This record gives sequence, C-alpha cells and structure tokens, in this order.
Amino acid sequence: MTTTTGPGPQRPAGGQPSDPGTVEFDRSRPKRPGGSEATPPARAPQPAPAGTPTDPPGQSHRPRARPVRVTALFAVLVIVLVVVSLASAALGQYGMSFGEVVSSVLHKFSGPLDWGHPIGDHFAEQTLWQVRMPRVVMSLMVGAALACAGALMQGVFGNPLADPGVVGVSSGAALGAAFAIMEGYTFLGEYTVAGAAFLTGLAATLLVYFLSRSGGRTEVVTLVLTGIAVNAVAGAGLAFCMYFSDQAALDQIVFWQLGSLNGSRWPYVTTVGPFLAVGVVGALLLARQLDLLSLGDRAARHVGVNVERLRLIAIVLVAIMVAAAVAFSGIIAFVGLVVPHLIRMITGPGHRVLVPASVLGGAVLLASADLVARTAVAYADLPIGMLTAVVGGPFFFWMLRRTRTRAGGWA
Amino acid sequence: MTARSITELLTRVGSGDRHQLPPTIPDGAVALTATDLGLQIEGRWLLREVSLELRAGTVLAVIGPNGAGKSTLLSLLAGDLPPSAGAVHVGELPVRQAHPLHLARRRAVLPQQPRLSFPFTVSEVVEMGRAPWVGTDAEDEDDWLIARSLTATDMRAFEQRRYPTLSGGEQARASFARVLAQDTGVLLLDEPTAALDLRHQEQIMTTARGCAAAGAAVLAVLHDVPLAAAYADEIAVLSEGRLVALGPPLQVLTEDLLERVYGLPIDVFTHPAHGGLMIAPRRAPRGENI
Repeated sequence: MTTTTGPGPQRPAGGQPSDPGTVEFDRSRPKRPGGSEATPPARAPQPAPAGTPTDPPGQSHRPRARPVRVTALFAVLVIVLVVVSLASAALGQYGMSFGEVVSSVLHKFSGPLDWGHPIGDHFAEQTLWQVRMPRVVMSLMVGAALACAGALMQGVFGNPLADPGVVGVSSGAALGAAFAIMEGYTFLGEYTVAGAAFLTGLAATLLVYFLSRSGGRTEVVTLVLTGIAVNAVAGAGLAFCMYFSDQAALDQIVFWQLGSLNGSRWPYVTTVGPFLAVGVVGALLLARQLDLLSLGDRAARHVGVNVERLRLIAIVLVAIMVAAAVAFSGIIAFVGLVVPHLIRMITGPGHRVLVPASVLGGAVLLASADLVARTAVAYADLPIGMLTAVVGGPFFFWMLRRTRTRAGGWA
Repeated sequence: MTARSITELLTRVGSGDRHQLPPTIPDGAVALTATDLGLQIEGRWLLREVSLELRAGTVLAVIGPNGAGKSTLLSLLAGDLPPSAGAVHVGELPVRQAHPLHLARRRAVLPQQPRLSFPFTVSEVVEMGRAPWVGTDAEDEDDWLIARSLTATDMRAFEQRRYPTLSGGEQARASFARVLAQDTGVLLLDEPTAALDLRHQEQIMTTARGCAAAGAAVLAVLHDVPLAAAYADEIAVLSEGRLVALGPPLQVLTEDLLERVYGLPIDVFTHPAHGGLMIAPRRAPRGENI
C-alpha cells in the first residue's frame, strides 16, 4: 500500500501551486440563488483556471460533429437519391430516355409553372406512372424504413450488430404472411397477406420484449436470446406452412420470402407512407436519448433518461417500420445492418446525424439494388432480397473485421 | 429553425417541468440520506442497516475490504438497485420513485467501469453530462462547463479522440469529466482513482475537494485508505455489509479498527512534516527471512 500523504481535510482548496500539472476544479462561478424561480446569472467569460494559461475557456470551441463532412454526406445522398430514382424510372424493358422521364416528372409536379411535358408515347407515359414510379417510390420507402429501423435497434441494444431481424420482426411477419397464403384468407381483400404480416410482426416483437423483461428491466442479452428463440419457432411455423401448402401457395410463399418489389402499386405506397413517417419522426425525436443510452442503462438513467420507456417506444417504432416495409416487399436482409454501419464510419455514431442519414442512405441503397434487380438479367426480375444478401453478407463480414481492428472491438 | 431546436421545442412541450432548476442546497445541509439501507440477495444480506447522511460542502469516503458492500452501497444510493430495506433520498426526492430527469439534475454518478457502446469522441461523451439540462436556462452554461470539466481532468488534449482508443485511465478521466459537466449538488463516485496514476489520483481527489468547497456533497468509494485519509472530511468503514464506523479520519482510522476490518497488522502514524495521517501495512523488514 502506498503511503500517500496529504495534510488532511484542513487542506486549503487552492491546490498545490508547486505542481503546474495539477489543475484546480474551481466551482467559483456565482452560485445559483436559492429556489427554482431563479435563473443563473449571465456570466462574463471566466478567467482561465490556475495552471492552464494556454487554454482560455473564453474561446470555448465545443466541436460540432464534423459539420463539413455531415453537410457533404447529406448533399451527396440527396443528389444520388434523385439520380438513381430517375435512372430507375427510365431504365427497363420499355425504353424511355432520361430526359423524357425528367420532363414528365417536372410536368407532373411543377403545377402552375408548367415546366416539362408528358412523354409523347402515351403507353410510355402510362408505364412510367402506373408501373415504374410506384415501384421506385416503394423501394425508396422500404429502404428508408429498414435502415432507420436498423439504426434505432442498434442504438437501443447498444450493439452495432443488432438488427431488426434479431428481435423477431422479420420472421414473425413472414410467418403471418405464409399462414395467410396457405389458408387462402381474404378478409382484407388484396391487403390480406400484407396485413397478416404486419400484425404478426408487431406481435412477435412485443412478445420478445415482454418475455425478456424481468423486474421492470430488460437485459440486452436476455432480449437477444429470446429473439433467437422466437426466430426459431417462427422458422418452424414457416416450414410447416410451406410443407402443407399447395403448389401455387408454395410458389407465392417462396417468392415472398425471397423479397421483391415487383407488383408495387400506388395504394401500397400510400399505405406504407404514414407508417414510415411515424417511424422516422419518432426516431429523430429519440436521437439524443439514444446517444445517452450508449453509456449503458445505469449511466443513461443517471443522466436523466427514462430507459425503460425509451426502449419500449423504440421497439414499437422499429416494429411499425419493419413490419410495414416487409409486408409489401417480403424479407429484404442486411439493409438495416449495413447502412447505419457505413454512416457511422463517415460521420461518427451520433444519432442526430445517423438517423436522418440512414433514412436517405437506405433509400439510395434499395433503389439502386432494385434497379439492378430489374435490369441485370434481361427479361428477369431477380429477387431483391437475394441480391442484398449476396452483396451485403460478404460486405458486412469485411466491415466487421475492419471495424473491429480500428475501433477497438464491439464491447 | 433548425431540426435541433424543433426537437427541443417538442420535448419542452412534452414535459412542462423542464425549465425548473433544483434548489441549491446550503452548505452543511443534508443533501443525501440513507436510512436503514439493506440489500438481501438469495437470503444473504449484502448490506444491512446502513444509515448515513451526506452533507453539502463535504467529502465522505467509503472504505472497506473487498466484498464489504462498498459498490452495493453506491448502487443503492444511486437508485440502480431496489433496496430490500430502508430508503434513499436525494434532498426530498426518493431515488426509487423520482423521475430520472429530476434526479439527474441533483446528483451525478461515476460508475466503476465506464463503458460506451459506440465510438463517440471525448468531447461528445462529456457533453452527454449536460443532457439533463437541455431546455433549461442552465443550458447556456454548457460550453463553459464542458471546457472547464475537460481542463480539470487534464483531458483537453484528448477532446477529439474517440473514447475506445483511450487507455483505461484516460477513459476514467473522461467519464469523470462527464460527471463534473453534469454540475450537480451531489456527486457519487465509485472508485474514481482506481485506474489512475499517482498524479491523476491526486488531481481527481483535489478536484473532488474543489467541488465540495464550492458546495457540492461528494461521496467517493475508495480502495486507497491513505487517499481517503488525506482528502475526506468523513470516512465510512464498511465490513461484511455493515457500517462499522463513521466519522472524521482521525477518529475513525485507528490501528485497532483497521486491523480488525482488513485482517492484517497496520501502522497508523502522522507525517512528521504536515501532520497528515499515514497508513501502511506493518511489513517485515526487507532482506530478512520470514
């Protein structure tokens, strides 16, 4: 045991002037007057604490999260988003030029300004607005929802490897859809399969959450393990549905499991839209608290976060976004995992940038993936879920190794 | 209007009490009370019948051997665990029932092993300490307090470093800076000096004393008895889950008590120059056969 010396409690608070490295933490600013009605007096710039002549706090430079990089990222994302969307609308079996598409879009949205004009070929105009545009918009929305849900999930679990699939939304939704297909339910008309997927996805997520709660708390490990169990059960249910389905239903289930945006129409878009809006706005409002949650549950509570409530809200938001996206497009993996990772590498982990950037990034990624899915092989519409997994899997693996060495592990 | 100000506006509307600041506690008044505190797990009492009062303007050090219940006590005081018996109040607020935000404006906690899930920079971590004050008038002090906390913990040079790239001691100092930035009347510190070198041990404890001198009530769990003797106004000694002594260092830190609690022969004497307490195990002279 070292025999550290000290003059005891009678030590003056002034520190040791002989040691230039010892800095006094001087709370010498005017104290707040008693009572809660008082506002702290406006403070003149404080003199530098003794021992730090090089560091005048007057020129406080609290760094903002790399503003140049952030602005550049958003600018690039928006530009790429517009270009990819227009390109996706222009390319396909029924050829139309980029210029024609731009002109038609301008005509549609410029209103009284009356820019642009519809495409001369009436059938092309029809194809653009009835087939391609809803699909492009759908890809943007599904990508945005998945990436935003991924960012939210990772923030809640404090683990960059957490994924909406982990908590059982995807498999729960898949089970509901498969069951509806097998039984041939039609109680919601053409939305039946999607509706069933949404309901079971949400139910699965809430089930995982409440099963993993104990004593008013949720331990992350318990939650993830419960998610694995629910995923396994849902997988078994899915296999059951496929085994007992007739050939037509089996084809449909498999198609849905692969994930595809084929057949997207405007009514789907208007159904998903409100869910996406609620999810994204909610995620933005939670962003600051998600930052604090990375301190761990206890420390987050110590700085004023109602951790349990935050988790519950975040999980419901995730369920809403993922189930709504999955309901119309099937299981599209890795978007929620890869996009937030990439954004974090560029701008850091702060959720106030991460959430909106992930929304844009997810939209760009899925719109690009869908463009490839439609055009890579002539006269074939590849399943987009397969595509994202083929590219996303190895990419994720590479990223895993790279980040682990650079940022000091996953904790 | 920026996205940030819209968000803050919405959070303000969400809870009407956000601009209320907690009352200042006058020097010497009780800032935190624990009454008959106990924690029983699987039939075993980890902590039993602990009562103490933490007064504004003082430093209270909690010492004791491994497994004496020091960190358990701190967890109960911080409200992390529900006590099996007794209660903790910060001012008039019961810690298990009060809203986390109201507590966060009154007391800050330094955890023993600070962790961070994502690679935030040091200045972002310290800024997190200001979170309870978002939307209050105290927000105007953010920049100043963050700068001062970084300076006080000697972390100015590390401001832009990512937290996971720091050494253990640097991480501990960054976390302490976050706790300082929270600027509360009560500080609960769980082994603030455990990972630090001698110079930073002294610096952190001097800083803690500085906080007390400015009116804060500071409770620190310490392993290092001499450090506790040097910096604390009062010392609480825990042994096997019970509070065996509580009082000024000169009164509490007797050879008799320390030998009983730590289970080895210990010398306590005063420093010839400054009269401070010196505490060391009574060791056999070097070079002799034992």
